Amino acid sequence: MKTSDLFEETSLALLANKARSSLTILGIVIGIASVIAMIAIGQGAKNNIEYSIQSLGSNLVLVMPGMQRSAGAGVSQARGSATTLTLDDAEAIASQVTAVAAVAPDLSGRYQVTAKGTNSNTSVVGTTASYTAIRSVEVAEGNFITEHNVKSLSKVAVLGPTARDDLFGEDSNPVGQTIRIKSIDFKVIGVTAEKGGSGFSNQDDMIFIPISTAQQFLVGSNKVSTISVQAEDQESMAQMQQDITDLLLARHNITNAALADFSTMNQSDVIATASSVTDTFTALLGSVAAISLLVGGIGIMNMMLTTVKERTREIGLRKAIGAKRRDISWQFLLEAMMLTFLGGIIGIILGWLISLIIRQFANIAASVSLSSVFLAFGVSAAIGIVFGYYPARSASRLNPIEALRYE
Amino acid sequence: MIECRHITKVYNTGAGAAPALQDVSFSIAAGEFVAIIGPSGSGKSTLMHILGALDTPTGGEYFLDGKDVSQLSDDDLADIRKNKIGFVFQSFNLLPRATVLRNVMLPLVYADIPKVERERQAKIALHNAGLDESHYYHLSNQLSGGQMQRVAIARALVNNPSLILADEPTGNLDTKTGEIVLGTFQRLNRDHNHTIILITHEHDVAEHADRIIHIRDGRLIDDVKNGQRREIIENS
Repeated sequence: MKTSDLFEETSLALLANKARSSLTILGIVIGIASVIAMIAIGQGAKNNIEYSIQSLGSNLVLVMPGMQRSAGAGVSQARGSATTLTLDDAEAIASQVTAVAAVAPDLSGRYQVTAKGTNSNTSVVGTTASYTAIRSVEVAEGNFITEHNVKSLSKVAVLGPTARDDLFGEDSNPVGQTIRIKSIDFKVIGVTAEKGGSGFSNQDDMIFIPISTAQQFLVGSNKVSTISVQAEDQESMAQMQQDITDLLLARHNITNAALADFSTMNQSDVIATASSVTDTFTALLGSVAAISLLVGGIGIMNMMLTTVKERTREIGLRKAIGAKRRDISWQFLLEAMMLTFLGGIIGIILGWLISLIIRQFANIAASVSLSSVFLAFGVSAAIGIVFGYYPARSASRLNPIEALRYE
Repeated sequence: MIECRHITKVYNTGAGAAPALQDVSFSIAAGEFVAIIGPSGSGKSTLMHILGALDTPTGGEYFLDGKDVSQLSDDDLADIRKNKIGFVFQSFNLLPRATVLRNVMLPLVYADIPKVERERQAKIALHNAGLDESHYYHLSNQLSGGQMQRVAIARALVNNPSLILADEPTGNLDTKTGEIVLGTFQRLNRDHNHTIILITHEHDVAEHADRIIHIRDGRLIDDVKNGQRREIIENS
């Protein structure tokens, strides 16, 4: 039997029972589409998280105050509550640790901010000029805080776009206007560009002021809440992290590293942790979807078994006029494979559409990867073969005499 | 052309061995129109299956065109059926929801004959089976019983077989349509020299053949030319 004839016989047989064929295909479509869409969503979530971590800046090591221990008592307070880091620490890191590209200390807190009748509770970050380079912040209008502002304790502020929208209305230009933080007037000198960071910290809803001003007028101490240190390149990050730890331990007169009153966080560790979480998440979503694919496969087998039963006489006739076992088993196997193949193609398209819709409306950068398409395709082909094999084999083994007599 | 030597068929059922055919021997020459007659349970269906290479005998030899086909494998039997035998069944066994032409071309699909040639041969076969062109593209389940059986005859003819086996071809037809179908067989035998074996339990049907082989209880009890048919009928 020629291959082209085999395909013709198969498609005619499937067309002869359109409703049943399409319902069976639907089972595979749903399975494949959900596998594709789920993996796309998982990948999208992973990309989102990685992006928002990257948007903090690149090659960063963050130094944060640790818990403060009262000597001997072993009572620990919450992490970050300590005021153990100072501007001097930041300067020491900048001058004494090798491979440091830039250092930006900051002192943040949430304050009620008012401007001409509007008011907003937002994050006020006291920092230095190097913050823009380290945290990849760009200035859309006006200027960022300068070294001079820091030295002279200027009461100037740079608004994030969200903070600007809240205080002055969307897309307005507030440069030159005045805002009040803790009853102190600040002159707006710039607005940063939108970063679009979402997730655990919205980088757009911030107000930047000189760190010295924040220490002097808002907090009243010389502590800093984070020191962001940028390494020259990714390879030197681990060594730099170690050097910073050693330096600060020495500066704080702590001999036992386990009792450090600060902690350091390497950005790539954060990404790796977050990625492993999202990978697990993706695998979970994928395996739930795979179950529906399995159910679709069982649907194929069910349909093929029914078909073989129903068409017993036809099989008998085909054998009587000279069809060999091979011809019969190929015909039925091909029917199953054609069903899954069609279901696979429609499923891939549907899954792709679903991830497009999610991308559009759910703010997840869902992306269909080529590998998940290949995986889905391979799986659907395998389902066709696995679940079509048994019915096809039983069809080919029918005795023509009994098959012809079958009522 | 056909030679059966001491054909025996024993079915092994759970209750023990049940002989369906015992020591049946006869031969049929090319161009003969033979009826095999016998009541139900006589073994005539078993004989037909063996003659049609659907089954193999447990004993004896069956030569078709000089070749012993009694010991062949399943796939070799399929080849014999494909090339040498055309079947006509009581219940037509056409593919539903397929056109007349496609039904007739089906055996040629398995014989790897090119598409254009298939259609040509199918049209000749349909013409010889007495079905006119207006029906070629009708679906087989839209036809009358007589038309269906003629499509089935055309399907049996299409691969130009050595032997046409008709198993109760008139069983599902009324007398008048049955006559037309039997007339078709007679014409095919007379005008196209096809060898035809007709299996039936009805004497009126068997009378259309030139020779009648009578089977009862798995044994051949009579083998006569049509001229002597009265005798057989009276004997039975």
